Amino acid sequence: MDHFHQKHILDMASLSKQEIDYIINTAITLKDISNRPIKKVPTLRGKSIVHFFHEPSTRTRTSFEIAAKRMSADTFSISASTSSMTKGETLLDTVNTLQAMNPDIIVMRHSASGAPHFVSRKLLNASVINAGDGMHAHPTQCLLDMMTVREALGKIKDLKLSIIGDIFHSRVARSNIIGFTKMGAKVTVAAPCTMIPNGVDKLGAQVAKSLEDAVSNADIIMALRIQKERQSNFFFPSEREYASFYGLSYERLKSMNKNAYIMHPGPINRGVELSSDVADCPESLIMKQVTNGVAIRMALLYLLMGGTRNAHSN
Amino acid sequence: MRILIENGTVVDPKQSLEDTRNVYIDGKKIIAVLPPSELSNAPFLRDSADHVYDAQGQIICPGLVDIHVHFREPGQEYKETIESGCKAAEFGGFTDVCCMPNTTPVNDQPEITQSIIQKAQSFKGTRVHPVAAISPGSKGQGLTEMGLLLKAGACAFSDDGQPVSNPQLMRRAMEYARSFDALIVSHCEDLKLAEGVMNEGTISTRMGLAGIPNAAESVMVMRDIALCELTGAHLHIAHVSTAQSVEAIRIAKDKGLPVTAETAPHYFTLTDAAVLEYDTHAKMNPPLRTETDRAAIRQALAEGVIDAIATDHAPHSDLEKIVPFDQAANGIIGLETSLALGLRLVHENVLTLSQLIERMSINPAKIMKMPEKGIASGYPADLTIFDLSVKHTLSAQLLASKSRNTPFDGWTFRGKVMQTIVDGRLCL
Repeated sequence: MDHFHQKHILDMASLSKQEIDYIINTAITLKDISNRPIKKVPTLRGKSIVHFFHEPSTRTRTSFEIAAKRMSADTFSISASTSSMTKGETLLDTVNTLQAMNPDIIVMRHSASGAPHFVSRKLLNASVINAGDGMHAHPTQCLLDMMTVREALGKIKDLKLSIIGDIFHSRVARSNIIGFTKMGAKVTVAAPCTMIPNGVDKLGAQVAKSLEDAVSNADIIMALRIQKERQSNFFFPSEREYASFYGLSYERLKSMNKNAYIMHPGPINRGVELSSDVADCPESLIMKQVTNGVAIRMALLYLLMGGTRNAHSN
Repeated sequence: MRILIENGTVVDPKQSLEDTRNVYIDGKKIIAVLPPSELSNAPFLRDSADHVYDAQGQIICPGLVDIHVHFREPGQEYKETIESGCKAAEFGGFTDVCCMPNTTPVNDQPEITQSIIQKAQSFKGTRVHPVAAISPGSKGQGLTEMGLLLKAGACAFSDDGQPVSNPQLMRRAMEYARSFDALIVSHCEDLKLAEGVMNEGTISTRMGLAGIPNAAESVMVMRDIALCELTGAHLHIAHVSTAQSVEAIRIAKDKGLPVTAETAPHYFTLTDAAVLEYDTHAKMNPPLRTETDRAAIRQALAEGVIDAIATDHAPHSDLEKIVPFDQAANGIIGLETSLALGLRLVHENVLTLSQLIERMSINPAKIMKMPEKGIASGYPADLTIFDLSVKHTLSAQLLASKSRNTPFDGWTFRGKVMQTIVDGRLCL
């Protein structure tokens, strides 16, 4: 592959294996920029990037901001609380308004699944990067997770990834099931049955019979955040109950599996899905995920603006 | 006015008739139906007819009846009016439609029922039979004045759009309706189970959309069948979408309970795969289901477990549909595509032509206790004429309905409505 042809980054299903490899390879090349004394290259000078966040976000938004600034792009932010959407403007009107100002890329997070797809169909020129839509997809998270796994284990193919936690509500889980399966990994999910969505096996994931079943054979264990507000809709009885059956302490982890790496998309509920000694253990890749997030986002901005992988090896 | 429709193929399921006939109409009545060879018995000469329609190669059937439409008047006339809805019905071949009460205000008063009927009559086309609400405002808090509403012209009762969640109210509604021999049409949905935006399954999981399980419908179908058995009232189940509902209705019918059921063309045509790409024109309630359900619906139509095809014609403007999927309104328009979609079942050998006409004319008229539909001397001159095989491509922009929310835009169909005759009047 010598060129990247996607106009938008909407979900993992629409990226090919070759494109995924290409993005990760590009990110590995660009990662070095963040370690230089002067963390800025002029590559995207004169490009405008709108960060349109219709849902709260700290790490993803900051990661995109930093990525854009390290590439010298101009960034503009719109968030739900400050935008005219609180005044009742429809998404279509917001998009048309943005369009008229002619940005190059719109990075978008929205609570409605499919909202970035909707926006991408209405835009004539700008590219859309999905920074998380509803329960549907979070492709940049999946790409940074894959990059992190590849750095730690040298490959993705044939690895065993186990995702533990609220699969039902998780766009990270959906993107990782689709993405890692596409790259040849074997994905297993484990959670109380209320948190396993109908038909998840058809997406490529195996449903584990127990936590032990999921953990004992895994190369990588990814824990997901348990959201307390789900309790009100009867998904689980209490955090205490959840932690005692699905929470990972270092001792429990080591009793089931001596070698696995630990990942978490953040933010962590310490003491619920992961105890502190797991979050901070030597096998934890959690901080590496965050670091790689910047590189992946730099790579995507760069590739969407017509860059090629090798053009940047100066 | 005297009309002669000559050389068409008359299909009348009641007489098991499917043969070439000339149909003679005088005023509002059919006065003779004769083989073209029997010119000597003709009630009037070809030359003395005011209008001669050459139906060579076309089908003439009893007027189609759609017992489930939403005309948005009063209240949301920007989506559909009684006039535009009637026009769409005429283009769809329908001589009679039953409009659901979820207008603004809800049709829960005799005066509203009367005003809908009078308005529709002023257009002298498709007849409109209002279904009145079961509970005032369809709020599920009490009973409407069913007796007075029936006197005003209501044809049945339903809180369609909303289920009657309170089982005690549903029991009383059925009992009370029975005292007038009136029909209860049930929108079967458990609101708590139905907290989603599409069918629950692999596709909702893939798309990250909250799912509505089949059980959200079938638990209420089963409840209402139990109440039907308790009360003995005539129960009609609206828009059946699942295999489990079909199974429950089959058992109820085997028991001899007075239960009838309808499904909509989209449930025997599409599956939840139509939602991929977040197409809001594939969003409706109940949602499009899986292939298993679609197959069960088709089989139930063939076996007569589902008695009728009704469109659930639900006009919405771009304001409600060109939005993210979660926020889009439920429903699609159906009047102008129903027969074409029904004919696909004939072309695919799921139904015979006669069975299709039974499901779209004879049975729905019977469910709503309308005058019997048939093509014979003395019957009302309510006829639909269509071509069985002419190919045409649907363009949503050209539809008579005020709204364009159809997932069938651009589809090519075999079969097309050519003329709709209501009370001896040519509508098209």
